[in-house]
This record gives sequence, structure tokens and C-alpha cells, in this order.
Amino acid sequence: MSTTEQAPPVAPPVPPAPPAPIKAKQRPGDRVFSGSALGAGIIILIVLAAVATFLIIQSLPAFQLDTSDNHILKGESFWTYVWPLVFGTVWVSLIALLIAAPIAIGIALFISHYAPRRLAAVLGYIIDLLAAVPSVVFGLWGGLVLAPLLQPIYVWLNDNAGWIPFFGGQVSPTGKTIFTAAIVLAVMVIPIMTAICREVFLQTPKLHEEAALALGATRWEMVQMAVLPFARGGMVSAAMLALGRALGETMAVTMVLSPSAVVSFLLLTSTNPTPIPANIALAFPEAHDTGVNTLIATGLILFVVTFAVNALARWIVARRAEFSGAN
Amino acid sequence: MTVLTAPAPAAVLTSGKLPKWAPWALLAGSFLVAFAVFGVAAIGGDLADFNIAGAAVVGILLYMVLVTVISSIAESRRKAVDRLMTALVATAFLIALLPLISLLWTVVANGIQRFDAEFFSFSMRNVVGEGGGIVHAIWGTILITLTAAVISVPIGLMTSIYLVEYGRGRIAKAITFFVDVMTGIPSIVAGLFIYAVFALVIGPGISMGIMGALALAVLMTPVVVRGSEELLRIVPNELREAAYALGVPKWLTILKVVLPTSIAGIMTSVMLSISRVIGETAPLLLTAGFTMSLNTNIFSGQMMTLPVFAYGQYMNQGTTPDAALDRAWASALTLILIVMVLNLLARLIAKWFAPKTSGR
Repeated sequence: MSTTEQAPPVAPPVPPAPPAPIKAKQRPGDRVFSGSALGAGIIILIVLAAVATFLIIQSLPAFQLDTSDNHILKGESFWTYVWPLVFGTVWVSLIALLIAAPIAIGIALFISHYAPRRLAAVLGYIIDLLAAVPSVVFGLWGGLVLAPLLQPIYVWLNDNAGWIPFFGGQVSPTGKTIFTAAIVLAVMVIPIMTAICREVFLQTPKLHEEAALALGATRWEMVQMAVLPFARGGMVSAAMLALGRALGETMAVTMVLSPSAVVSFLLLTSTNPTPIPANIALAFPEAHDTGVNTLIATGLILFVVTFAVNALARWIVARRAEFSGAN
Repeated sequence: MTVLTAPAPAAVLTSGKLPKWAPWALLAGSFLVAFAVFGVAAIGGDLADFNIAGAAVVGILLYMVLVTVISSIAESRRKAVDRLMTALVATAFLIALLPLISLLWTVVANGIQRFDAEFFSFSMRNVVGEGGGIVHAIWGTILITLTAAVISVPIGLMTSIYLVEYGRGRIAKAITFFVDVMTGIPSIVAGLFIYAVFALVIGPGISMGIMGALALAVLMTPVVVRGSEELLRIVPNELREAAYALGVPKWLTILKVVLPTSIAGIMTSVMLSISRVIGETAPLLLTAGFTMSLNTNIFSGQMMTLPVFAYGQYMNQGTTPDAALDRAWASALTLILIVMVLNLLARLIAKWFAPKTSGR
């Protein structure tokens, strides 16, 4: 044993041969399990493909040129029939969105930046309660409570603000107008928009907020400078998702609206444009033969419209995720 | 409201500042004034009766004007804008509370009138006018929703396992995208789809319970996928690695480690998705149909459900509209109670069985 210990001569580092990737042993259990997981995923893809295919197949008869034996179209072309419905769908959803957006953003701001921290969770839960109410209950409430409540206000609006084109015309005696339907829809989409906006507002980098405050900004100026610009994409996509929800909502509108197939911008009359879903729900029980195909074709158009709106919303979210400073 | 107050170092450097109690006093004051004015008007006979909503609206508007004006005089224009926006934001929240309170109040007040033994022990068979109950609708709702859950929970859960544990590449991306698309399917389109399938396969004009269940499953599956995917993702990777290091096969790791860790959350998300679809009306209207008598066979014959029952009683009130509306309100109350109980259960499960985690 030598007392002098010398460092062993350093061997030139031999690059270790890249180890062959260790393959896990394939067990039958693994195969079955991963296979069924993949299968479940593929079922979803198949179902969606089936939705599109079956809707298309079943709606083809509606596009026939000769529609004289179609009891819904009565000889008209399909597009003349569907145009007022598409207009009604978009119109009522846009009004609902116009009402809901400022309120939802206000609530989200209140919960995320204004309310005391301890209260915020409870307040959020209260708003979520609104989302848990089934749409048929909203319909009952809208038709039996809200419409009679709003009717005198409509009369007043018509008398005093009738010169505004939207408020003109003969006021509905029941209050069951497109404006009431839009308000009910707004109440229904507020929780969705609020939830998304709240999440986005809470993701604002704390440093941005503190920097603004440290420079002497008031709370509103901080929100304006730090929170809102950061959350712009999120707010837009929240609005789009809410729009998608409003476009497809059936029951509340069916039960609140007194429908007719017109294109009209008047908000307070009893001849209201009918949205596609409400029209399907109302006409489906009596429909037969090619009439059913016509309704399915309108459903297909609704599907395409909501798909486009939702895809746009997702695209905005995805774009934001790539470029935002948070990630 | 006064987070930004710094201890004033020198009087010259600070602008004027309203005391902490000032906004609250202003708020109380403007409400007092508004209510007094409306009260006087009611007594004087200008109004039919005392208008609480009107008084509240006027009170809030008065407060906004006052606080802005006073603050811009005593403090600065910037502070005034800040106070105005605070008032607006808080008002937005209160506005959202109004429909919730009004809705819950009317549903409870109107629904309680028919909330009796007869309502829960009879169907509508041979009932004309008053009386009748919702036994058939309750059975229909339970059977159809359970069937929908039995179909969609395994598919949804396995899909989320695929996405989290196995999914790489194009298929996983496609599934993620199309699950998103599926979340956005309007409920009535799901009903039309199932109707179209059965019309092609069996023949048009058919409706039965299983069709409703399938339509609900189409709506429910993406919700289950989204929910459980999120929960599987937060299972710490260390747990999986520890299991792999002990030589446990992947499928057993998922079954015995990953799923038990997240089972509470998954049950919660399943409950929430059930409470989401249990109130769906439109697809059931098109697929499960409409009947007055009890039917417990989901494979034959039309089936009534609670939401469709409420809808039907409202739309076709018949010769005794009051009785029909009472039934509609009572079934709405039943529905809301079921949804609330499911929500509550979901939250309790999440609380009781939540795995202990560190940090947030």
C-alpha cells in the first residue's frame, strides 16, 4: 500500500455508446389497455364523423328543386325558408352577447380584482349556480315571470324612444319578444363568459399589476394598463364561446318567444324572427316525410355555424397561448 | 377601496383624499334619498305601488353621479374615474344576482304548491285537468340519464387516459380538437343526429328511451373527457415513475396508481357532467318522445322525462292552465333540487376524497 496517493491517470473520456433505447416488454395487458384507450378515442372521432354524415344524408331530400309535396317548404326553395331562421339565430345571439359581455367582464373583474380575497371564491360559486340551472327552468321563468315584468317597460320604451328604429312598431301585449329571449339567453351565457374571463384575469402577471400600482396608478388604471390588454384574446374567445352556446340554445328561446318567420330588426313587437333551434323544437312534433328532412337540414346549418364560431374561438385561444408572456 | 393609501409623508405632496367611510356613507345616503322619493310618490298616488326595483336603480345611479362629482372635486379626476369604475363593476355583479334570486324565488314559491305526495306517486295517465304527478317523468329521467352515463363515462374516461398516458402525434391532436368541437355541438343537433341515425336504420318516426340516452351520451362524453383529462394531468409524474421503477407494467400503473389518485376528482367531474345533461330538454323532445304513462323499458315505446314534462305542461296548458303551470313549476323545482344535490355531492366528494397534495 503506497502512502502517496496519486490521481489515476485520467483516461480520455470515451463517449459511451448510445444505449439502445430500452423497450418495455409488451405485455398482453398493456396491449389490451392501450388498445381500448385508443379505441375510445377513435369512437369519438367516428361519432363526430357520423354526426356530419347522417345529418347530410338525411337533409339531402330538403334540397330538391321541386318542393311542392314538402309540407314545410310548400313549393318554396329551401334557402328562402332557412334565411329568416339563420337571421333570427344570429340576431338573437348577438343581442344576447351585447347584453352579456359587459356584465360578464364586470363580474369577472369584480371577482378577480375588486372583491375581498376571502369572498371571491363564494361569489364565483354563486355565479356558477346560474350555470347549473336547466334551460327549461330558464324558459319557464322567462315566459311566466320576466316577460310580464318587462312588458310595461317595453310600452314605455316604445312611447318615449320609438324614434329609435329598434324600439318602433306595435308593442307585444305579452312581452314575449325577441328582446326578452335575448335577455334570458344573456343570463344563461353570463356564467360561461364570467368563468373564462375570471381565469384569464387571474393569470395576469402579478409583476405587471404591481408595477402599475407602484407607478401610482389607481386600481382602474392598473386594470386598464395591465389586466385588460393581457386578457384581450381571452375575453374575445370567451365571447365567442358564449356566442356558440347562445346560437344552439333551444328551450329558453322556444318558451319565451312568440315566433314567426320574418326578418325584422324590431325588438319589441310580437312578430319575431325565430332562431333555428326553436323552430326545430316547435315544428318537429308535427313534421313528417320530407318536412323532417327540411328540419334536419336547418339543424345541419346550425351545426356548421356553431362549428365555425367555436373553431374561431379555439383558434384565438391557441394563438394567444403561443405569444402570451405567461407561458 | 383604499389599498393605495400611503402614509402621508408631507401634506404638500398628497392630493386630497376622501375618508374611508365616505363612499359607504354616500351609498347609504343616495339609497335613503331614492327610497324616500319613491315612497313619497307611492303615498302621493303617482305610482301604483312602492317600486323597490326602481328605487334601487335610482339609488345606484345617484350614488355613481355623486361619488364621481364629489371625488373629482375633493380628490382628482383620476380618482373619480376609479371610484366610478369600482361602482360599475360591483353593480355588474349585483345585476347578475337579480335573475338568480328572482328565478330561485319564483321556482320555489310556485313549485311548492304541488310539492305533495300525489305529485310523486302518480303519473299523468288518464289525468285531465287538476291532479296528476310525475312518476313517469322521474323514472324516465333516471333511466335515460343513467344509461347515458353508462355509455359515456367509460368512453370518456378511456379517451382521457389515452390523451394523457398514451396519446402522441396526430391522432391525439385530432381527438383533442374534435372533443373541443363536440363540446360545442348544440344539444338539439345531437337529438337530430340520433333521430337521423334511427330513421335510416329502423325507419322514420320512431322514438324510445335509448335514443334519448344516446343523444345525451353524445353531449356528455366530451364533458367527461375534458374534466378527467385535466385531473389525470395533475397526477404527479413521480408516482408513475416510482411504479415503473418497481417494474409495474404501464396498464397496471394507470389502473392502480394514476386512477386511484385522481378518482375523487373524476367522480366529481362525472357528477357535474350528469347534472349538466339531466336538464337537457331539446334532444329528448326529438328522441325520447312524449307520453303520459309510466314506461320503464328504454328499448321500446316513448318515455317522458322531467324537463320535457315541464316544457309540455307549459306549452300545452290544456283546459286548466293553472293546474298545468303548477305542475310545470313543481317539476322545475324537482329538477333544480336534483341538479343542486348532484352539484353538492360532487363538491363533497371532491373535498372528502381529495388526495393530500403539497403546495397549491
